[in-house]
Amino acid sequence: MTFTLIDQGRVGTVPASVEGGRVRLSADALRAALGWELHDATLCNDAMCVPLPAGSRLGEGGVFDLGEVAATLDRPLALDADEGAAYLGVSAGERAQALGSLIAPDFTLPDLAGRPHTLSSYRGKKILLVAWASW
Amino acid sequence: MWQALHEELRDRNFVVIAVALDKSAEDARPWIEKAAPTYPVLIDTQHVLPDLYNIVNVPTALWIDERGRIVRPNDVVFGTDTFKHITNLESAKPLAAVRAWVRGETAGFAPAETRALQTLPTALDQQARAEFGLAEWLARHGKRDAAERHFVRAGELAPHDFTIRRGSMPIRGIDPMGPQFREMLQTWVGGGRPYYRPLPDTRG
Repeated sequence: MTFTLIDQGRVGTVPASVEGGRVRLSADALRAALGWELHDATLCNDAMCVPLPAGSRLGEGGVFDLGEVAATLDRPLALDADEGAAYLGVSAGERAQALGSLIAPDFTLPDLAGRPHTLSSYRGKKILLVAWASW
Repeated sequence: MWQALHEELRDRNFVVIAVALDKSAEDARPWIEKAAPTYPVLIDTQHVLPDLYNIVNVPTALWIDERGRIVRPNDVVFGTDTFKHITNLESAKPLAAVRAWVRGETAGFAPAETRALQTLPTALDQQARAEFGLAEWLARHGKRDAAERHFVRAGELAPHDFTIRRGSMPIRGIDPMGPQFREMLQTWVGGGRPYYRPLPDTRG
């Protein structure tokens, strides 16, 4: 089936088999969807490598269980196998490290007119960053 | 809401950046048009900001200096006293603190103090945000029942995160000011847990 995989808000689709609530990807699908490849018991993307834990069977027979991929990368995974969709978030450790550095995490968001604004483009000013809502 | 402060201090190398955690630009539009802001007001339907800054309720404000460093972490800052009778938090004190900082009369917190005052996300917080992210996508694609399951799970994983529990209500067709919200609030506060968590010097 065609599975929807949302990687930190970026939506992609990937061929996958779903069985018993588990989602299995091929090596090609894993690379195309998330940019990770397995070499010598190590998952690597362009920027970094993560060794598989001892006894991991990830990638055996060319099959990658999405839940195990997320666990290996220490990333939260929200999965709805029935709807064929999952969201891969960012780990608490990564977020805590970024906040602890005190460098304000950068983002780009649109205004009402759809015009994008990037936090770092206001560098050089003091900023009061306020989250609010109509609710 | 922040217009007066922004106008007062804009010539002092200062900007307010407001981010609406709403389900759509249309939900935020009436408030923005009424405020007629000259500062940027951004729309964050997918809760990018809560994920990056571990924001769990609104309003939440933080100070960022000229070098892009956080010098005062997440705090409860109201721009007006509209809700003072409910929140028991006055706007005057935190706004005076912003003024003094922008004018250079006071500094923000030192790095060690800032870190000590930060609340960092747990694995459960991040799992809840992933559940919210999936639910928001499912809701946007008309998968209402599936979305509801993941919104509920997100709220169970992070019951203190009202950007999830209350912020999801408009998406789920629940009145965020109505009986379900009031019941949620009463249960939470009745258990001795605060709905707003201001920093000590704002609370004091």
